[in-house]
Amino acid sequence: MAEKILARASKRERVAPGEIVEAEVDVAMVHDITGPMVVEGLREVGVEKVWDPSKIVVVFDHQVPADSIDAAKNHILLREFVREQGIENFYDVFEGICHQVLPEKGFALPGRLIVGADSHTCTYGAFGCFATGIGSTDMVSVFATGKLWLRVPESMRIEIEGKLPRRVAAKDLILYIIGDLGADGASYRSVEFVGEGMRDISVGGRMTMCNMAVEMGAKTAMVPSDAKSKRYLAGRAREPYKVVQSDRGATYVEELTYDASELEPQVACPHSVDDVRAVREVEGVEIDQAFLGSCTNGRFEDLLQAAKILKRRRIPKSVRMIVAPASREVYLQALDRGIMKIFVEAGALVEPPCCAACMGGHTGILGPGEVCISSSNRNFRGRMGSPDAKIYLASPATVAASAVRGAIADPRDI
Amino acid sequence: MARAWVFGDDVDTDQIIAGRYLVKTDPQELARHVMEAIDPKFASKVSKGDVIIAGRNFGCGSSREHAAIALKAAGISAIVAESFARIFFRNAINQGLPAVVCKGVRGGFKSGDIVEVDLEAGEVRNLSTGKTFKFQPMPEFIMRILRAGGMIPYLKQTSGKPGAFK
Ligand code: SF4
Repeated sequence: MAEKILARASKRERVAPGEIVEAEVDVAMVHDITGPMVVEGLREVGVEKVWDPSKIVVVFDHQVPADSIDAAKNHILLREFVREQGIENFYDVFEGICHQVLPEKGFALPGRLIVGADSHTCTYGAFGCFATGIGSTDMVSVFATGKLWLRVPESMRIEIEGKLPRRVAAKDLILYIIGDLGADGASYRSVEFVGEGMRDISVGGRMTMCNMAVEMGAKTAMVPSDAKSKRYLAGRAREPYKVVQSDRGATYVEELTYDASELEPQVACPHSVDDVRAVREVEGVEIDQAFLGSCTNGRFEDLLQAAKILKRRRIPKSVRMIVAPASREVYLQALDRGIMKIFVEAGALVEPPCCAACMGGHTGILGPGEVCISSSNRNFRGRMGSPDAKIYLASPATVAASAVRGAIADPRDI
Repeated sequence: MARAWVFGDDVDTDQIIAGRYLVKTDPQELARHVMEAIDPKFASKVSKGDVIIAGRNFGCGSSREHAAIALKAAGISAIVAESFARIFFRNAINQGLPAVVCKGVRGGFKSGDIVEVDLEAGEVRNLSTGKTFKFQPMPEFIMRILRAGGMIPYLKQTSGKPGAFK
């Protein structure tokens, strides 16, 4: 699949892994942290006009609303840039996290080549496109020319068999796979998640899995487009699209199979995403903060899972629970369904849609010695604040169950 | 003379530069906090020209270019690792900071050893032990970006046409 998309984007008949191609980008995204550097770079090079304003998307999500004068300055710089360049796809502080907003607004379409100045851009692969994260300077060339050189990645096939058991989520599955393969187990590769089990997983769950593929080093991850993902795109897609499927007999550098039906809730222990164990093994570790949100698990279905557990329960005083919906759409849906009320009644703090505590630059920063269980994607040392804090990564259900217990808990017990 | 600073596997970008500093784009400001999570004194100990020697998957995690900028501004002249995370690798090159993949290098150095990196010859030399490690020299288009001092200066030279490296 990756090869087909890159061949189309680089106007070639076919491309082979290892080849370096110059590809034309269909959509390019920057956010409030990586965007300012791109604007500065363009000015330094002396580029006056971007290649195509209609293909650029700008989202404010990391530091919203501005939490410092520096952040406010970055926002001003980007708002001016957007105005001066005539970029219409601009989502200011109220819309949500970039990786939720692009699919919602119909930018993440099958077969597209999408680059974003954010490592979790690979999330969009859930819709069968080639999406990858790049740095700000690479984005300067994209904004200037619409092109980027890429090395065609080797493909790796991960087949999922069976259905996920009750209270076991796509998050548990991807954590398990990362634990199995290691933080560089898919380095530079394009990962295809396929199989019966994958078709059973919701669009949101697929986004969770593609989102975290970068935590095992993948350049991109993809799920073949099917009826489910097409249904999600109906009424959202900005333009007609053509589905790209992998050829029968396509070659893969590695083929693996996992059985979802035997899985139990998983947790990634501090300080690396590949230190994954069953929740059962770390049960009882006391927590100070529980974070539910991020581009990994801040979607409606994630909030719903957590709310089922928190309903008519109280979070103990020893725990702060922070909930941040991934987007305005998710927020509205959750409000409509009374889910936010459940959170607030349980004693959680609900934040506006944004990255929130995930990257430790904004709200919910951890102090020395504190322990957090989080539905986000990275537990690196210092990620959410103090280098002496500990972060455990888990599914929304496990986060909610742990918040209720005041210690890491298995959601199947609640 | 350049000294080596040795790190392990999976050094991630949050360790290189934490999220709370990302509002800054001034390289010197970023350099003051570089590697803080691993060694709070690193920024004050490192001197101009020093080299980072690391294990596998250096720079994994976020796409923040701030990580490469901070290392370069702190004086690091090259990073030699068993392997790199791909976004970091690109960012480093784009910043004009050589990122060299060299198998077996991690075990061949300890922090403080005197090191020499020869990009043209494809060699990393440990002058303290006399051992030499070979690597595949970089492709010419990457060397051109490095010689120019990074992608932005390179684009300026080629009047904004990155296509020039094909
Ligand atoms: S939610 Fe976290 S991982 Fe996702 S884009 Fe925001 S900071 Fe990055």
